[in-house]
Amino acid sequence: MSEELLKIENLKVKAGDNEILHGIDLCVRKGETHVLMGPNGAGKSTLGNALMGNPNYEVIGGSVTFKGENLLDMEVCDRAKSGLFLSFQSPIEVPGISLSNFIRNSVDVKTGEKSRLLPFRRKLMEKMDILDMDISYAERDLNVGFSGGEKKKAEILQMLMLNPDLAILDETDSGLDIDAVRTVSRGVHDFHESGEGAMIIITHSTKILESLHVDYTHVLVDGRIVATGGRELVDEINENGFEKYLK
Amino acid sequence: MKEKTQVEDVDRSLYDFRYGYDDEHYYKVREGLTPEIVETISKEKNDPEWMREFRLKCLDLYYKQDIPDWGPSLDGLNMDDIVTYVRPNTKMTAKWEEVPAEIKETFEKLGIPQAERDSLAGVGAQYDSELVYHNIREEVASKGVIYTDLESALHGEYAPMIEEHFMKLLTPYDHKFMALHGAVWSGGSFVYVPKGVKVEIPLQSYFRLNAPGAGQFEHTLIIVDEGADLHFIEGCSAPKYNIANLHAGAVELFVAKNARLRYSTIENWSKNMYNLNSKRALIEEGGRMEFVSGSFGSHVSYLYPMTILKGDRSSLEYTGITFAGEGQNLDTGMKVVHIGRDTKSIVSSKSISKSGGYSTFRSVVQIQNSAKNAKSTTDCASLMLDDESRSDTVPVMDVRTQDADVGHEAKIGRISDEAVFYLMSRGMSEEEARTMIVSGFADNVSKELPLEYAIEMNNLIRLEMVGSIG
Repeated sequence: MSEELLKIENLKVKAGDNEILHGIDLCVRKGETHVLMGPNGAGKSTLGNALMGNPNYEVIGGSVTFKGENLLDMEVCDRAKSGLFLSFQSPIEVPGISLSNFIRNSVDVKTGEKSRLLPFRRKLMEKMDILDMDISYAERDLNVGFSGGEKKKAEILQMLMLNPDLAILDETDSGLDIDAVRTVSRGVHDFHESGEGAMIIITHSTKILESLHVDYTHVLVDGRIVATGGRELVDEINENGFEKYLK
Repeated sequence: MKEKTQVEDVDRSLYDFRYGYDDEHYYKVREGLTPEIVETISKEKNDPEWMREFRLKCLDLYYKQDIPDWGPSLDGLNMDDIVTYVRPNTKMTAKWEEVPAEIKETFEKLGIPQAERDSLAGVGAQYDSELVYHNIREEVASKGVIYTDLESALHGEYAPMIEEHFMKLLTPYDHKFMALHGAVWSGGSFVYVPKGVKVEIPLQSYFRLNAPGAGQFEHTLIIVDEGADLHFIEGCSAPKYNIANLHAGAVELFVAKNARLRYSTIENWSKNMYNLNSKRALIEEGGRMEFVSGSFGSHVSYLYPMTILKGDRSSLEYTGITFAGEGQNLDTGMKVVHIGRDTKSIVSSKSISKSGGYSTFRSVVQIQNSAKNAKSTTDCASLMLDDESRSDTVPVMDVRTQDADVGHEAKIGRISDEAVFYLMSRGMSEEEARTMIVSGFADNVSKELPLEYAIEMNNLIRLEMVGSIG
């Protein structure tokens, strides 16, 4: 029995005046891969954002523990430092700071020590290679002028460099062409293979999951998890859609 | 939910040095300004006769002109309180060892000797009103480059050149404080780069004020001759006092045919300072002027470097940043006059305001009828860090020919919560996230600065951002 990494109990979340999540229960253990599927507006991204601590989402009930700590009490930066990672759907452009400096800074604040330049660069190059990213992106301003695909790759690159205990991938595959999905999925695969990091993959397509081992699949509809299963659930939804889960 | 950001006052003690200030070491003119005082200054400085007459004429013009009423209030400035001329009791020296210990300590805190060791060609450091330390590396001097204090230059072989150029570009008729400057100017640098000489390393000058109530009126005159190339850096930092302080320096820049001059400044005056500095550049055919300007300190600033693109194909690139914090009203900008054909100006300005700080960017682009095929673009971006701060952009475009291409773009923004959240989700604290965004915003300016200055500017931004989360 591997240890519990994330435990969500009866989580209720509001965005603006609307309650989006009406009581989510979810348990992720070390190294597990969970897939969260559901139609648009079901609350998938809300869950990711609430876990990371996005101030636009307000937790109005329930509890979340991460590595035994009360996650909801933690500052966003402390959630990151304790090993939680969220890959953004549309990451913000930050002029004046290069992707490579940004990642190095993030790695340094997480580890609490200054990383040595050369080993850092070597690892960065290696991961960029996996993601089929041109080296020049390392010195470009963070996300500025990046295409949709490049932004997603940059998110995965950050994940690979930060090596979190739990990565939440928020529709990392949406809006990408087949090749880009394949590349991103190679990065996700690398993350899965090279460490013990767990993942929650939020997606409504299944392409990204093709080469991936999936432990659990959850179907989220109207702010509630209405079904949980294994890999087979992905295939079933792939075939029949969410129809049968909708009221 | 948006959190309102409250900001504490920045601890400026790092920049507020005061060592062994002792009246008996200083020569002071009595407070207030009369023709007798101007005569005394002139005599004390051993001015040539033309300069003595010029000073008196300027004083007359000073009396006749009014204090400007279109900008930030100057009510806190009492001219009778400003001691116009203070200088330490030391002679010019070219050897660091001979600089008095207390002055040396102050400069050492400012990092001047270090800077010189590293990469700078020469240091002309002004303590109060006189140059107390002046040195130029032989490699620069051997190329025929003159880098000296203006007073010495008035008596040496370059005297005719000074007389020909001094306050011809900035004149006592321009405004009241230029007239005042002409009457009481003291100290400053003279640089002449002969034809075709390219000065590889930047020349640096440090000005500072160190006596309560003392005005500072240094004059910088730079002539870059045909085909020559120079980067001049002016660094400012002043100790903090409670009495209103005035800085009304003048910078005159002459860029000859096909020459290039880059003039970089990071001004970091203490927050009781009235900074009424004037700068003007005249560019001949094919010449290129580059202004890099960072305005941080001071209580009130009026600062609008002006460039006259006189010659055909002459060009200007202006990159500026202003950071107005609590109690600061920084009115900055630039003016460019296109006269020659195919002239070009590119202006990029950033301003940051926080804790009730007020920054205004005024730009004037004038394209004269003669300036066929002129091109000008102005790009201003402002970042306000809280709801109590203010930022204005006042662009003026005066285009007198059909045959010109003039553009202006202005953006005003705030730091978005989404951006802060994104950076925090990668482990940065809120303060680090905001600082990173502000530094990034200022990055186009720091990229234009030599490394040590870029670091100093980033440190300044970090200092200004400390305690900005409440």
